[in-house]
Parts: sequence; C-alpha cells; structure tokens
Amino acid sequence: MSSLALPEAEPAAGTARGPARRRRTALIPTVTLLLGALYCLLPVAWVVVASTKSGSELFSTFTFWPGTGFAENISDLGAYRDGVYWRWMGNSALYAGLGALLSTCVSAVSGYALAVYRFRGREALFSVLLAGVLMPPVILAVPQYLLLAEADLTDSYLSVLLPQILSPYGVYLARIYAAAAVPADVVEAGRTDGAGEWRIFTRVALPMMVPGLVTVFLFQFVAIWNNFLLPYIMLSDDEKFPITLGLYTLLEQGANTPALYTLVITGAFLAVFPLVALFLVIQRFWSLDLLSGAVKS
Amino acid sequence: MRSPARRRPYGVERAPYAHPSPTATLRRARSAPYVFLVPATLLFLLFFALPIGYAVWLSFRKVRVSGLGLGAGSREEVWAGLENYTGALSDSELLNGALRVLGYGGIVVPVMLGLALVFALMLDSERVRLAPFTRLAIFLPYAVPGVIAALLWGFLYLPDVSPFSFVLDRLGLPQPDLLDGGPLYLALSNIAVWGGTGFNMIVIYTALRAIPAEVYEAAKLDGAGPLQIALRIKIPMVAPSLVLTFFFSIIATLQVFNEPTTLKPLTNSVSTTWSPLMKVYQDAFGNGDLHAAAAQATIIALATLVLSFGFLRAANRRTKQEAAR
Repeated sequence: MSSLALPEAEPAAGTARGPARRRRTALIPTVTLLLGALYCLLPVAWVVVASTKSGSELFSTFTFWPGTGFAENISDLGAYRDGVYWRWMGNSALYAGLGALLSTCVSAVSGYALAVYRFRGREALFSVLLAGVLMPPVILAVPQYLLLAEADLTDSYLSVLLPQILSPYGVYLARIYAAAAVPADVVEAGRTDGAGEWRIFTRVALPMMVPGLVTVFLFQFVAIWNNFLLPYIMLSDDEKFPITLGLYTLLEQGANTPALYTLVITGAFLAVFPLVALFLVIQRFWSLDLLSGAVKS
Repeated sequence: MRSPARRRPYGVERAPYAHPSPTATLRRARSAPYVFLVPATLLFLLFFALPIGYAVWLSFRKVRVSGLGLGAGSREEVWAGLENYTGALSDSELLNGALRVLGYGGIVVPVMLGLALVFALMLDSERVRLAPFTRLAIFLPYAVPGVIAALLWGFLYLPDVSPFSFVLDRLGLPQPDLLDGGPLYLALSNIAVWGGTGFNMIVIYTALRAIPAEVYEAAKLDGAGPLQIALRIKIPMVAPSLVLTFFFSIIATLQVFNEPTTLKPLTNSVSTTWSPLMKVYQDAFGNGDLHAAAAQATIIALATLVLSFGFLRAANRRTKQEAAR
C-alpha cells in the first residue's frame, strides 16, 4: 500500500543520499489521491475551457485549448430570452436559501424535542419521519402535484418550496446534535430558574446547537439547489424555473440546434462556478462527522 | 443505524425544583415536546402521508369510458381492485427497467464505495502529501447538481466534442460510441460514481479519524505494515459507516432519474422508460394514466421499504454477532 516505513535512523538533511525531508512522502497514497482529484476535476476543467469557445471553435479545436468567444458567450446567454438565465439563478438562490432556512428551523425544533424529552410515541414518531427518507421522490412528487393542483397551487413558487421544508434527514441530524451538544443539567437549571420550555430552547439550547445547524442548513441548501425532479413536475412557466431545470430545457432544445450548445455549456459553467466557490468558502464550517452519525463529545 | 440519543434523555419524571408551581411546570414540560413537534407533524401529514395515501387510493381506481369517451359524464372513476397491480407486474417494460437499474446499481455501488474506501484509507495513511487539496477536489462533485453533472459528462461523451474521441481520431483509432448499448451503462455509472464518491469518502474518513491512535500501537510493535493495519484494524472498525453508506447508496441508485433524463436529448438509446421512476413519470404525465402510475409507484415504494428494512435487520444482526464474539 504505502512505501516501507524506514526506521528514521539517519536525519538525512543535506546528505547526498535520500530526500532532504526527514520523513519520506508515502508515494502510493499521494499518487492515488492525485489521480482521484484529477478525475473529479476533469469535467469542471473542461467546462471552464469549453465556455471560452465560440460555436465553431467548439467542434474544431482541441478540447482543452481555450477559445476566443467567452465574452460573446456570456452576452449571448444574457440576451437569451431577455435574460431568463439570470432569473433562473435568482430562483435557485431563492428556493435553496429560503427553503434551507425554513428547513433548518423545523429540523432544530423537532430534533431538540426528540432528543431532550421523553414522551409517549417518541420513537414511533421518529421512525415514521425517518421512513420518509426512503420514499422515492417521484412517488411523492406525482401525488403532491395532484394534491397541489386541487389547491390551485401548482406552477407557483410555493409548490417547489413547501414540499422541501420537512427534511427527515435534517431532523435526524438535529436530533443527534441536540443529544450531544445540550447537556441535561443546563436545561434542568433553566427550569429551576423558572424559565418556560420554549424560552429554554431559544435562549439556552439553540446557541449550543448552532454548529450542527449550520451543517443541516448547508446540507439542505445543496439538496434543494440540486433538486431537479420536483420543479420538473410542478412548474410549467419557465420564469419560475430553477437553474437545473432551465439548463435542462435549454439542452433539450439544443439537441437539434448545435448553435445552442455554447449557450448550454456557458450556462453550466456559470451555474457550477458560484456553487463551487461557495463550497470552498464554507466547507470549513461543515461538521461532516455529523453526517455519519458520529459526534465527538 | 445507531440510536442517536446515547445519553439518557432526562425526562420530566424527576420532579423539577419547585419554583413557580411544580404541577404547572410539570404540565408544561409534559406538553412541550408535542407542541415543538407540531410543525414537523403538520408538514409530514401534508407532504408525505397525504400524498402517499392518495397515491395508494388512486392505485385501486380506474377510469371507465362509456361510449366514445366524449362529452361530460362519459369518463367516470370506478373501483378497480387489484387490476392496476396485476397490470403493472405483468408490464414487461417496468420489469426491464428494474433489471436495467439493477445492472447499473451493480456497477455503481461497488465501484463508488470501493473508491471511497480506498481514498479514505489513503487520506488517513501516514506521510501522505497534498491531502487537504485532494480531499476537497474529490468532494467537489457533491456540489454539482446531478443534471449539470450529466450534462458535462454528456458533452465529454459526445464524439463531436469529446477529448477522448479527438485523441483517438488523431491516432487513427476507431471511436467507441459511449452513449449506446453496453457502454451506455458505463457512461451512466461513471456519472454517479463521479458525483457520489467524495461524499462517501468523507463519511468513511471521518469514521477513520475517530479511531484512537493507541489501537495501532500494538499492531505496529508486532510489525504489522500499513496494508495489514488497514485490512485487519481500520476496515473492521469503520464497518458501521460502511453499512450506512452502502444503504444510502443503494436507495439513491434505485431511484435514478435525473442523469438518464438529462442524457436523453443527446442519444436515442435512453428511452423515456429507461428506469422504473422514469416510467412512473412517463405514465403519469406523458400518457396521462395516473392509476397505472400510482400502482407502479406503490410497488416501487413497497419494494424499497422491504429492501431497506431487510438490509437494516441483517446489518443489525451482523453487528450483534460481532459484539457477541
């Protein structure tokens, strides 16, 4: 697997033999990981380069050779159907931002209640909620569409927002986190001081749960941003489309007119870029150990 | 899944200190959890329970057309019994879709989790360089929506644009069509592997990091190499997180919808009914046969539940046996 671990007999700094570092790099793991990184970055690198090509360059020049049409592609994309592309981006930000915020609130209060109290029906309720994770999304989305149609709510912002507020996985994470981060005696002390249950939750427990809730928020933000199926079923007016659905419809039309390919590629680049940037900035705030249900006490 | 609440949640059985009035506090504390759970329960009823119930109800109904099916009153909904179910189970296209997805899952799950485990072990090994960069790079695809991932790879597969075809063409070699027949499975699997490996790697890596260093000391003294330590100590110790990732990967794979749907415009070999969920969508919205779609959806949901619980029970039994040893 890795290079043989040599006993560090000689501090080889500056000697002719051996590397200058005292500890040799383990080659096999490093190279394997670099190959993995290369594979994962390849499509992203491709879309960066491809978005700079004009329509003719796309089919004539070598893939990883930058083209000359980037500015033109951006302006073409902005001009497409009076700038509907930017509207899609805004819609995605709205669905994901507001949806994840509401979802985090519901997860926090539910997770706290499930972690901190003992009451009749607690485990049953939790199991039923978790079974929601296992429901295939289409299976929910088709009848959700029919029911929302009864209420005259389909093809509206609400039809995409509402079904995504309750996240069984979010409740599960919040429960784990509340159980680990909120000590029982702190709540007990709050009761002794005569604070009401709601006040104990908002003033005492919530601040303790913040790091875990950031993870819940980010997880749900990515889930809603990446969701394609629900808007695909609910929406018909492309003014309300999120970016995933918008690009898909663009690709569908583009299949017959290669001239639209450059628009699709540039659109994909612009859609990936902010999310990746956001990701690089916030990944340090993720307590990813939460995702595997492990909390370091 | 381990029970998340490891600490004994304190209850209200212990009498709280009498401050305002013990009974009032007690009553408030008793009803509080129910009040806290109102939003989740309401949302669950509205957006999970009610749609599922409605789908099941629809699956037992059918539309009866009298006369030519024109005009009002010529189409009415009547009780169908198990008719939709027998229809769905004898529908060869649904079965073929299930087989296609099983074949696809048979590639995706082992490859994705195998890679995730290897990368996690490599990140956890000693004297590895560039670990933070590679960890982030491999995790990055998680942030790319499935539709956009399929779109990017779709272009990389297209002979006109693909760098692979370009190179093969210059070398005078034939170019395989990646979007047809057998290779299509590989093409679709690759998109899923690309998107899912990083997330699973992080979950496994986190579990590895939680193993205390003392565990390895004895093995090292006995002269165990990194490979032996990985096989004999690390992998058994992260078994619970492997079970978890395996479970979620299977569920996600069986529900594949976005990627084949996105590749459809690029190739003729992805049909509108390629996966079972695509067929449900197609029947509901393409053919307008809600009742058949509802029956298929119910069957798929039941199959998923049975599979999940069977798997979880088996996993639980395994861990109990391990513990007993």
